[in-house]
Amino acid sequence: MDRRDFLKALALSGAAFTLKLNGGMDIFAQSVQNTQTGKAVDLVAVMGGEPDAMFKKAIAEMGGINKFIKSGYKVVVKPNIGWDKTPALAGNTNPKLVTEIVRQCVSAGAKEVVVFDHTCDDWVKCYKNSGIEAAAKAAGAKVLPANEESYYQTVSLPQGKKLKTTKVHKAILECDAWINVPILKHHGGANMSISMKNLMGIIWDRRIFHSTNLQQCIADVCTLDKKPVLNVVDAYRLMKSNGPQGRSEADVVLTKGLFLSQDMVAVDTAATKFFSQVRDMPLDHVKYLENGQTLGIGTMDIDKLNVKRIKM
Amino acid sequence: MLKSLRVIISALILILITFYFLDFAGILSHQFHVLAHIQFIPALLFVNIVAIVCIIGITLLFGRVYCSVVCPMGIFQDVVSKISKLVSRKKKRYAYRKNNPVLRWSVVGVAIITFCLGYTFILGLIDPYSAYGRMLVHLFKPVYLLGNNLLATVFNHFGNYTFYRIEIVMQSLYAFIIGIFTLGIVGFLAWKSGRLYCNTICPVGTVLGYVGKFALFKIRIKTDACNHCGLCAKECKASCIDSKAGTVDYSRCVNCFNCIDSCNREGLSFTVAGKKMNRKNEKQKSINEQKRQFLLSGLATAIAIPATWAQGKAKTVNGGRRTVPISPPGAVGAEHLLHHCTSCHLCIAKCPSNVLKPAWMEYGFGGIMQPVMSFEKGFCNFDCTVCSNICPNGALKPLSVEEKHLTQVGRVVFDETMCVVHREGTNCGACSEHCPTQAVKMVPYKDGLTIPFVDPDMCVGCGGCEFICPTRPYRAIHVEGNKIQQQAKAFTVEQTDEKEITDFGF
Repeated sequence: MDRRDFLKALALSGAAFTLKLNGGMDIFAQSVQNTQTGKAVDLVAVMGGEPDAMFKKAIAEMGGINKFIKSGYKVVVKPNIGWDKTPALAGNTNPKLVTEIVRQCVSAGAKEVVVFDHTCDDWVKCYKNSGIEAAAKAAGAKVLPANEESYYQTVSLPQGKKLKTTKVHKAILECDAWINVPILKHHGGANMSISMKNLMGIIWDRRIFHSTNLQQCIADVCTLDKKPVLNVVDAYRLMKSNGPQGRSEADVVLTKGLFLSQDMVAVDTAATKFFSQVRDMPLDHVKYLENGQTLGIGTMDIDKLNVKRIKM
Repeated sequence: MLKSLRVIISALILILITFYFLDFAGILSHQFHVLAHIQFIPALLFVNIVAIVCIIGITLLFGRVYCSVVCPMGIFQDVVSKISKLVSRKKKRYAYRKNNPVLRWSVVGVAIITFCLGYTFILGLIDPYSAYGRMLVHLFKPVYLLGNNLLATVFNHFGNYTFYRIEIVMQSLYAFIIGIFTLGIVGFLAWKSGRLYCNTICPVGTVLGYVGKFALFKIRIKTDACNHCGLCAKECKASCIDSKAGTVDYSRCVNCFNCIDSCNREGLSFTVAGKKMNRKNEKQKSINEQKRQFLLSGLATAIAIPATWAQGKAKTVNGGRRTVPISPPGAVGAEHLLHHCTSCHLCIAKCPSNVLKPAWMEYGFGGIMQPVMSFEKGFCNFDCTVCSNICPNGALKPLSVEEKHLTQVGRVVFDETMCVVHREGTNCGACSEHCPTQAVKMVPYKDGLTIPFVDPDMCVGCGGCEFICPTRPYRAIHVEGNKIQQQAKAFTVEQTDEKEITDFGF
């Protein structure tokens, strides 16, 4: 408890500090540096490998998992497990990627690694058929349910414009660090579903998002104090149409990509541009990006960032 | 010996069937639904020839063993009367009671006539298996879930997630009340008088009792050994042994074999017919036959009038939004459901998405308690075929996943004027997001917004859209039931020429 309180205090003061500096980028405010060049890396983009291999490359560029996950941490890995779909249908995060992230967290000395998602379809079926439950457990994670309101706790979002309070899963509130692992998908409502949209899986009531300006609420929930320390976008298979659920493999394209950043807005901007090569998606249609930038969650101006591009 | 065998088999059947109803976590395989398929009324409605022939055949051989070892309500009553025996201070004694064939056959008559007229509700109400199923779903399951949730709370507190909490959904108040009444009446009768329900009200008991009279093996009193002490009658839950006369009423004997062990003189045995047959019952029968016919014809006229009057009365549901109720997938249509379902609520118990609930007046009076789809708590999983494949009555016909994908239980109706996108000018798309066939598709609207566009022909009626639609009090999108289930139009996969992505695009 002492350590957690200390961390909370650290997070708060850190947040206040960084808010002034660069609009509340990241609460842990770690300077991520490339081990070779010594220059800070903001975003890593990888193409052409298997999900686990691409993550290994990417995280190495960011300075290794140990930068983000310290020994003794309670860690949450939050994939998208929203739908009762098999991995080939790309409705959920690739289980191989989840395995690799969990494995690295464990080897970094994490005390506990937790995996969960608030699913749309029946959660038991989603966890099972996505292959994520088995993958996470095999790598040493604990798989938590998120099907019931009592697993959530109300938090306030003082910076939120439309969404002032929401109920967040206790696992997120109680962890030391969490890693956001969305899959890159077309989305009929929000237009794109990437890392910011993936936060709708850590909260209880989603209808309110839809009824009170979805694009603003997605940005608002990302103002949560406890931000992910890493966002790993799975673009191994992307869903180009009929998202976020998809109907068949015809909606899926094998693109073998992966994006990694601490900045949710930046990584989502990069992923949207990547997606645009398959199907046109103007950035201004994905309004939560701009809304997020306005709230100081991150930047859409990825040209100004230090981006590492790796082809395998 | 025979009694022990009876106790072991019946306990096993009762535990399995009860646990199969309660088990939400899928611990028991769905294969256990055969336990529901071997119940008499479901087997009749399913026209499950094998089960019917077996039940009748066994009854012709051994009497009403079905009532003692297969029927869960019968076994449940044995448990209740056993408990009453253990806890009551006075020594519990049963006594011979006269048979009441008029009442018994009247109940059968009413059940058959009302069933033929489309009031399956009555048959469902008194069918012992269905009544037991409803008690499980509406009374015992909430308790079971509560226990699970308490365990989950304790375990989760210590970081163990073997148990997880489940929302306890009270499907309907009146189904709960019917469950309470069933438990109250059957429980009280069992507590006080053993198998009185089985031998006065239960239509299965009456029919099998009649068949049982002709059984090969019967409990027989050895006239040379019997001294009419009455010990056996005191033990007889069915109150069917008249020890003074030395006779057993085989229409009521459920073959519990308690009497055999009770006799100090080994005066009872379970054997094939000896030299002397009891002629007493035969005489009684011929008198009853006339009474029965009179009663049946009287009942038929009495019921026909209100029947014609009440038929075809379908009420609006969901606050006036849905005009035609949605029957579960595989139900063929409301009419088929009406004539097959006795409302055991096994489908309701096993639906993983809490989509099924007992109907009130949606299907009209005759269909009270039959399962109807409701999207308050969830929506029908596209790949799930559980309800249709476990229904013991054949009220829901078995569907493969492929068939289910094209079974249209209802059609989507979209009201743009209510839609968030139209009214607020913001993105939503929750309906389309939940649509497995994209019968609800987001199409360009204005200012980069997208709005739902519906193709009801492709809709399967799963209710995902209605469930998630955030508008209140009425949803902007809902499903209208099909009176007869249709074949949905399969979606066509649009093949686009795929260009390979070789760059990052930024």
